[in-house]
Amino acid sequence: MQVQRRNVLKSAGAAGVVGVAMAAGLLKPGMAFANWNKAAFEARSVDAALSAAGLSGAANSGDITVKAPDIAENGAVVPVEVTTTLPNPESIALLGEKNTLPMIASFGLMNGAQGFVSTRIKMGTTSNVRAVVKSGGKLYTAAKEVKVTIGGCGG
Amino acid sequence: MSVEPMRIRAAMVGNVAEVKCLMNHPMETGQRKDAKTGQLVPAHFITTVTATVDGKQVLDAQWGGGISRNPYLAFRVAGVGKGAKVQVNWVDNTGATNSADATVG
Repeated sequence: MQVQRRNVLKSAGAAGVVGVAMAAGLLKPGMAFANWNKAAFEARSVDAALSAAGLSGAANSGDITVKAPDIAENGAVVPVEVTTTLPNPESIALLGEKNTLPMIASFGLMNGAQGFVSTRIKMGTTSNVRAVVKSGGKLYTAAKEVKVTIGGCGG
Repeated sequence: MSVEPMRIRAAMVGNVAEVKCLMNHPMETGQRKDAKTGQLVPAHFITTVTATVDGKQVLDAQWGGGISRNPYLAFRVAGVGKGAKVQVNWVDNTGATNSADATVG
């Protein structure tokens, strides 16, 4: 009983923090993405994006699997799944190497979140989809080429 | 701004919980030109997605316009069982927010 009640209190506290943060965001829209990494998402090269995100110098790793179609007929919707067996993954970043804005997403993982994310991305043209995983404070990377027949960025 | 509801499901896959969500959002990059007017369509995309399980944060994601329109997201969390409460929230670049919750089944 005691333990349960403590858990309830704890989760209420955490939800409260999120609520307050969201309320602040609503009051000042500019604050809603105060911690959003503008420099990384607006970078126009892979190197600049990785550097702005603090993800430069990742080592190639066979412990990361980037699952994506070999050929994407529609670059506007390319399913991508990243799985890693690296221990204690802290984050997974996704980049479309030849996209105008290469940085697509960065997923921070905590409290039991596994080394797995699945989503759908836009690709402007044929290129590598690159995943960069942070594990134990170190950076690892793997990529998969996707041939795009109709681009999903721009016009 | 009215926001359409998000679809969310959470189920055990082996010994981890898998959460899947489908969000309604145009995900405009700000780079695309309107075919008729030739003007750039203003950026309008989700910038932050967070998730909690039983109130404890498990995911803190930042997105750019490179995520497809009406985003799909799946992630997995260990150490939770059936009945756990999952909540997913997003915030976009205009300050709009949405959230949805599900019980792990």
